[in-house]
Amino acid sequence: MIYHYLFPLLILLGMTSFMLGRWRAVKVASNVGGIKHLHSLPNHYGMLTAVSGILPALLIYGVWLSVETSVLDLRISQDLPPTLMTDKPNELSLILNDIKNTVARTVTVVQDEAVTEAALRYVAIQENYRGIITAAIILVFGLLSALAYVAIRPSLRARNHVESIIRLVLMLCSGVAILTTLGIVLSVLFEAIRFFQIIPLTDFLFGLSWSPQMAIRADQAGSSGAFGAIPVFAGTFMIAAIAMMVAIPTGLLSAIYLSEFANNTFRTFAKPLLEILAGVPTVVYGFFAALTVAPLIRDTGTFFHLSVASESALAAGLVMGIMIIPFVSSLSDDVIHAVPHALRDGSYALGATKFETISYVIFPAALPGIVGGILLAVSRAVGETMIVVMAAGLAANLTANPFQAVTTVTVQIVTLLVGDQEFDSPKTLAAFALGLVLFVFTLALNVIALRVVRKYREQYE
Amino acid sequence: MSPSSHTSPFTPEFNKRLKRRYNAERRFKWLGLLAIFFALGFLAFLMTTIFLSGYTAFKQTFIELEITFEKSYFTGEDLKMADYPALVKASLRQKFPDVTGRSDTRMLYSLVSKGAAFTLMGMVEKNPKIIGTTQKVWVPAKDDVDMLMKGKIDMDQPESNRRIKDRQYTWIKTLESAGQLRLSFNTTFFTSGDSREPELAGIRSALKGSFYTLLITLALSFPMGVAAAIYLEEFAPANRWTDLIEVNINNLAAVPSIIFGLLGLAIFINFWGIPRSTPLVGGFVLTLMTLPTIIIAARASLKSVPPSIREAALGVGASKIQTVFHHVLPLALPGMLTGTIIGMAQALGETAPLLMIGMVAFIVDIPGSFTDPAAALPVQIYLWADSPERAFTEKTSAAIIILLAFLIVMNALAVFMRKKFEIKW
Repeated sequence: MIYHYLFPLLILLGMTSFMLGRWRAVKVASNVGGIKHLHSLPNHYGMLTAVSGILPALLIYGVWLSVETSVLDLRISQDLPPTLMTDKPNELSLILNDIKNTVARTVTVVQDEAVTEAALRYVAIQENYRGIITAAIILVFGLLSALAYVAIRPSLRARNHVESIIRLVLMLCSGVAILTTLGIVLSVLFEAIRFFQIIPLTDFLFGLSWSPQMAIRADQAGSSGAFGAIPVFAGTFMIAAIAMMVAIPTGLLSAIYLSEFANNTFRTFAKPLLEILAGVPTVVYGFFAALTVAPLIRDTGTFFHLSVASESALAAGLVMGIMIIPFVSSLSDDVIHAVPHALRDGSYALGATKFETISYVIFPAALPGIVGGILLAVSRAVGETMIVVMAAGLAANLTANPFQAVTTVTVQIVTLLVGDQEFDSPKTLAAFALGLVLFVFTLALNVIALRVVRKYREQYE
Repeated sequence: MSPSSHTSPFTPEFNKRLKRRYNAERRFKWLGLLAIFFALGFLAFLMTTIFLSGYTAFKQTFIELEITFEKSYFTGEDLKMADYPALVKASLRQKFPDVTGRSDTRMLYSLVSKGAAFTLMGMVEKNPKIIGTTQKVWVPAKDDVDMLMKGKIDMDQPESNRRIKDRQYTWIKTLESAGQLRLSFNTTFFTSGDSREPELAGIRSALKGSFYTLLITLALSFPMGVAAAIYLEEFAPANRWTDLIEVNINNLAAVPSIIFGLLGLAIFINFWGIPRSTPLVGGFVLTLMTLPTIIIAARASLKSVPPSIREAALGVGASKIQTVFHHVLPLALPGMLTGTIIGMAQALGETAPLLMIGMVAFIVDIPGSFTDPAAALPVQIYLWADSPERAFTEKTSAAIIILLAFLIVMNALAVFMRKKFEIKW
């Protein structure tokens, strides 16, 4: 019962112990001649009392929340009624699911009697554990808070203690970034390794046929399950290449125009308008590509007697390119601005026109930075999901014809993982293998790009 | 020296060359302008297409029926169990007595939405006294009728190719000339959840789902992002560890969003056992995704506070923590909030990671808490965009208009805050 209100309760307890600590500090001070004889402000003593109880309590609570399901699953699977006992992990997880659904009352179907019994047992175990945890948390809080309370005396360096705790919390928050990267690597890597135990790595990386449907029965015809990812990679690169062919010239030219030719009024209008392109959600671009651009391209193709698939790579690539324009243009803009004015002035002094200055002086000087920006844009195009999910195809064709439908890594991840999944079939695990490739590839691009841009900046600083 | 070496440099060749150089410059300038207008033209094309195909969804066709709530229908205990669809059908038969035959009557019934029965049920529940009387009721029309009224069905096509047949067309015209057909504001769109029937589908549940998800994202990512930024900017020693964190944050900002979805699926759902499809797990995933944006913005904001502020505070005896929390942070806060709003706007439009954690389920109920299954607005757009019914295209565009409106408001707020609170040192 108390368990469900543990969080508000902890806040309340913390506030109370803050008040108590503060009150005791003032009282202790009055014995030695006022609060000016305290080492720290009364608030610091209050905070110390509260924090020394709350932090360990929250720690226990957090650890419990993250392991609760696993602990309960383990306990109940050792304590199942004999009719439900099984050795197979698959069946076990199904039974556990049944039990949990019965507990949550999400199913109205009449369940097996054994399952109902197990559900009752599950609830009992859960109550039991939650009771223990609640007691432990309140006990720990009370004990540590009381310790801090008793320790309050004028010479206690409360501010220093509180401040080092705050510093620690700040540091932990910045460590979340590392934890996130670690989480990504672990989650993708583990499932991918399980995949590569079934399908050899070389088959995955160099195979030429991709059809991730696995046969459910042995005698089933057709779907044998082929996991050669080359067609998927080829499709990804084709769409990304089309996108870059749109984005690089448009983005670069508009950046150069805006920074070198445009007057102030034009710039203040055009720049934010270009930025809007980057702010439009990708699902909107996807809808637009599928509904307007793809039929437009198909109809134009029919007019010229070309056969264009309704989910052509061209449509997806074109729209993706438009989405990336502001990305390329704002990065190039930064880079062009960083080129020192002395170079420009030197070129003008020799009698070069603006165009000559741009193409012979500014562009070569800015090239490394621009390349870095383009690499970042490529990594974005490769990882872009919604446009291709909605406008590109599902079938993995190995083709160089942009009018045909191709599929991409992200499309395959989405189709393999949306809907019901079983976590031991290569079909589901393949998504994680693709995710690993995507992560490694974009990470490499980002690292190189960021390094290039940084080096370039340092060169002119 | 011979006089020939003193001739004017403006030889015909020079002039020709100069002209060519200026022409090249002019061409280049036009090319740049063309690039900008290509991008902006596309933006305008996108916006107009969406708007033109979406604005009609804010109106909906209603049909006026004369319903006789005959007592014989309400013999059971429970008023909810009465056969309301039969009431609707009886009324339609009464209106068009000359319609006979199974296929014809079925065509007639299909003019009115299934939602009509719910309208009647609501009326009876609210006021049981109307049983036995005859009432004029406006009920929603079927989506095909709605499309016809909005001119989105071409009646010149051969009959077999269109969803509205010739006979239905004459009935609709009869209703229209009798003033029993009207287009009025579509409240259903804002008050109901998803539905298989386009005329009954609404964005309420998706809006609420997005709201809960963003609430969690904000509650987690703002304090964590600010804390991380403060540490990195004010306290972190210049060592390997700090370097690693910085490289990590910059890289995370460029990791494809779908990868965060994989993380959510593998760790939050499969490992920690947080329920699928809920705003809770959606909020967690979006937190990790927006955190780098917020940290980078918050650091820039802290950097812009001049060192003199810190030196003054330290000079009068404040500790390092007091300096930061009492003096630097309040000055940097507007900039941090601006960055946070922009991060939230990104999170609101994000779809791919939510697909991974199962927020694509067909959800009719409006979520009431953080652990109820929910859809988010962009996911709803994705789902509707995939639906084959013509009327869903209109709904999709309308939902996009709503989403863009939210994004515009959020970004405008960010710009306003930047303008209003920006301090020039």
